[in-house]
Amino acid sequence: MSTFAFPPSIKSRPVYGTLEPQAGAAHMFIVDGEGANAVLDLAQRAPSMMQLAHIVYITRGTDFAAALKALNPAQFYQGPTYGAALPRIRRSLADAKMGLQVYLAGTEGLMGQAMNEAVIAGIPHTAIQTEHRGATARRMQCVHCKGITEDVETDPFVCSHCGLNLFVRDHYSRRIAAFQGVCIDAEDPGNVPVQKGIYE
Amino acid sequence: MSGAEKITVKVTEVVPLNELVTRFRFERADGGLLPTFSGGAHTVVEMHDGGITRLNPYSLMSDPMDQTAYTISVRRDDEGRGGSLFMHQQVKAGDEMVISFPVNLFSLDLRAKKHLFLAGGIGITPFLAQIKQLQRFNGNWELHYACRSAALGSYADELTDHYPNETHVYYDDEKQTIDLVNLLDGQPLGTHVYVCGPKGMIDWVRKTAAAEGWPREAIHYEEFLAPQPGKPFEVKLAISNKTIEVGENESLLEAMERENVDAPYLCRGGACGQCETRVIDYAGNFIHRDHWLDDAEHAGGEKIMPCVSRFEGKTLVLDR
Repeated sequence: MSTFAFPPSIKSRPVYGTLEPQAGAAHMFIVDGEGANAVLDLAQRAPSMMQLAHIVYITRGTDFAAALKALNPAQFYQGPTYGAALPRIRRSLADAKMGLQVYLAGTEGLMGQAMNEAVIAGIPHTAIQTEHRGATARRMQCVHCKGITEDVETDPFVCSHCGLNLFVRDHYSRRIAAFQGVCIDAEDPGNVPVQKGIYE
Repeated sequence: MSGAEKITVKVTEVVPLNELVTRFRFERADGGLLPTFSGGAHTVVEMHDGGITRLNPYSLMSDPMDQTAYTISVRRDDEGRGGSLFMHQQVKAGDEMVISFPVNLFSLDLRAKKHLFLAGGIGITPFLAQIKQLQRFNGNWELHYACRSAALGSYADELTDHYPNETHVYYDDEKQTIDLVNLLDGQPLGTHVYVCGPKGMIDWVRKTAAAEGWPREAIHYEEFLAPQPGKPFEVKLAISNKTIEVGENESLLEAMERENVDAPYLCRGGACGQCETRVIDYAGNFIHRDHWLDDAEHAGGEKIMPCVSRFEGKTLVLDR
């Protein structure tokens, strides 16, 4: 599944669009997995952007490196995880000038965390483009122990830090770049609903 | 009563700065302290000019933390409706006046890594307060100030003396202009632009910044529109059950106030949106002058901003 229509939800839940070419002095793409396809699609529409582009590609088991490099971006980076790419993302943003456009594509966890970095660097969140591609798994924060569990696909799920059974909410924090997970059996320990996919 | 809360003040100084601009200092009539404010705020000054009451907004230029006095600078506009002429010709030190609590529609975005101020003429005033505010926090700012000539460059010398590295002054009569594209190019990420000056300057800055890929949210502007005179027209106010005449030299808002209709307002300059009024029925043409409603709303005929906009035609019925 490369594109997915998220069901409408509360205001807190982020919504994603389709990457559009924008006027700018430089373009920074931060993508993971199938998010690479969003860059490839955009480059078809506006190939000249690539002369000013910096692509940060987090593979997550995919192999789009050759296709992305063939776009001839000004800079290209490939890394296995977001954590591996983070020092480069931070340094690039710290050196960036106004006129930089930031484009995020891929999983919600990647887009949320990279958006947080861009906002801290001084770009208003509304000026950052996003496009969801690939997995629909969520980055979740346990409201009880504050631990983050990455790539959650089921509801409820077990907190990887404190072991509580957590209900997957749409309530989202831009600062933490995570959805909220709340204990589902606090009143009646052990009474946990049957686990199902988040969007089932 | 609509608008922000009122304060009775005494005029303690009237200082002509140059041919066009005079500075006024207000202290509380009861000897107490004024509220602090934030840089970019304005106060609405009440003027009783013969039978006419005028309420004009002026940017506060004093130190926002100084509670002993507020200062404003008023540029004389010989073609205007008379508010600035009243301030220049009638107001004397020792007079009592009524002003509003400060209202800020042009505040600093304190998330900015750098504040880039662009002033045109009397548009310098809000920046004077913002600079004082930022100096307290060792803020990162830069001022580019365009004015007609050295003789009319209000506060240009003080600013250059105090902040020689941050202040850049441009004189029209010496053919100096802000090299905007160059100035915007290479500003660090997180820079916010603030522009206050004539409409043409604001439009130029907004357009240029957008073309250079600056986010809309990083561009802040303030332009007070003075209500323009126009043909008299009649308005029916449905809730108050009154039909009133708006004279040539008064705004729709002022006409409602004259008839003791309590109409909301804040900036009185087409910017804040507070006075937005629903149109119930009309036959004729609106003369929309605000920059609150968007183009579709201006064309839609369902809303009007009575502080600056007018009407020409047979019938206008408002939900007020």
